[in-house]
Amino acid sequence: MRRALHDPSFVIGAVLILGVVACAVFAPALAPHEPGLATLRSRLATPFSATHVLGADAIGRDILSRIIFGARVSLTVGVVSVALAMLIGTLIGLVAGYFGGLLDTLLMRLADIQLSFPFILLAITVIAVIGPGMWKVIFVMALTQWVQYARIVRGQTLSLKEREFVQAASGLGASHARVMFQHILLNALTPVTVLATLGIANNILLEAGLTFLGLGVDPTIPSWGGMLADGRNYIERAWWVATFPGLAITVTVLGFNLLGDWLRDRLDPRTST
Amino acid sequence: MVAFLLRRAIQSLFVLVGITLFVSFTIRLSGDPAVAMFQGASAPTAEQLTTIRARLGTDRPFMEQYLAFLGSLLRGDLGTSFRTGAPVADAVAQRFPATVGLALTSLLVSLVIAIPLGVLAARRRGRPADFVVRVVSLVGLSFPNFWLGIMLILVFGVYLRWLPPSGYEGPASLVLPSLTLGLILASTTTRLVRSALLDVLGEQYVVTARAKGIREHRVVYRHALRTALIPVVTFVGLQIGGLIGGVVIVEQVFAWPGLGSLALNAISFRDYPMLQGTITVLAVFIAAINLVVDTSYALLDPRIRYA
Repeated sequence: MRRALHDPSFVIGAVLILGVVACAVFAPALAPHEPGLATLRSRLATPFSATHVLGADAIGRDILSRIIFGARVSLTVGVVSVALAMLIGTLIGLVAGYFGGLLDTLLMRLADIQLSFPFILLAITVIAVIGPGMWKVIFVMALTQWVQYARIVRGQTLSLKEREFVQAASGLGASHARVMFQHILLNALTPVTVLATLGIANNILLEAGLTFLGLGVDPTIPSWGGMLADGRNYIERAWWVATFPGLAITVTVLGFNLLGDWLRDRLDPRTST
Repeated sequence: MVAFLLRRAIQSLFVLVGITLFVSFTIRLSGDPAVAMFQGASAPTAEQLTTIRARLGTDRPFMEQYLAFLGSLLRGDLGTSFRTGAPVADAVAQRFPATVGLALTSLLVSLVIAIPLGVLAARRRGRPADFVVRVVSLVGLSFPNFWLGIMLILVFGVYLRWLPPSGYEGPASLVLPSLTLGLILASTTTRLVRSALLDVLGEQYVVTARAKGIREHRVVYRHALRTALIPVVTFVGLQIGGLIGGVVIVEQVFAWPGLGSLALNAISFRDYPMLQGTITVLAVFIAAINLVVDTSYALLDPRIRYA
């Protein structure tokens, strides 16, 4: 832990993430205005003023307040989607790698499909049918991304099950479930943690992208992707409407990327640079 | 070699069947297209619905419809748009060059940026230049592509007025969108070129080349980089899918007349044949590129043939 505190990747990443988490948790206390409150007088108010630090949007809503509340959407989508995908993927990968057979073959074919079908296209197809919404976006992410976790855990399981300590546990009469969960799972979790951290960063970007396209979070809820979609329309007149929400996304994603990079270097010395 | 390519081709075929099956099935879940065709008009009678279902073929079982779709797909027929009544294949063919052109230009931009920067970082490992390249690429990796696009429009289109902010008005319009996607793709590729080159620079043959007194520049670019680019080619192949996904979003930012906007318009008009056709064509394109990439690196690296 002492070493971690000397690593700039860890320190900067952790500070950025903690800052965003604090915004999400204490949003009502931190936001200077009601995020949905439209004030006619403030329409497209310029930033760096006393009332609107980051300016106001086309219908006079305070941008800083909306960014602070928007952290809730981004973090919820990022964390919940990854948690679900990781849970499903780890279980399936563990069973597929341990027992092999049909499930394993099926998993690998699914992985091929998933690799060559971009998420955005898949999300467009599914959301065209089930309609937009935050929980639906999370559902589509979990539905499509668990395969990545399953693939990694499967690979780990395949090599771990041949190792002496696992063989020994089996030989001593441990049940399949005990061998899988107690001996293999814990050792397979290392690469999963790295993938999950970078996955949160990726899913925050994807959610913002889908919301920007009008396929994500409900436009009445303040979200960074939605604010960017608004800002795009006023780019000729008001640079701040699109600039600040984009910075919020970049800072948050950078935080998770830094932490993910740090974890990868720490946990897997081979890829360290 | 032939066996390897054959196996890869069969694998791609499986992927395509999987994707088309998924897309057809999902889109069928959206409800009755016969009802959708009457959207906004007066309520259809039961008789009208039956006629339309028979005409569209939606009264037949799903697998039969799917096989019919595959059959027409092989003949280059993607069905008829609900909205315009024109063949989907025509609309897709008209927009396809804009999307693929943007994707390939972005790829080129990313390689032109990433290879020199990756080489620079690897040669100056641990020095300030390396640090700057790594920080910049990590920040670039965290940019939402559509936001970078908006920022480029703001600077070069709105304030400096050097380039057209959006739409398609000749080659100048290609600059901002391809820079947007290229810069973001370059962030990952730079990191990869750097670490691949660092791996190779420690190899025996590089040490030998240096010992023979070959100039460092030549050692890096002629001897080491050639090997280091093999994982980069693989990576670029894997990125094609993601790149196409990025194109779909960035097309909206720049009002680019490509397949992405075609698909999104199809969603808002509930034009399912159009959506299905667009997604299918993109998926086929991505699978084809992946096959080409696999073939090319099997040619580059003889070890892969036995894998």
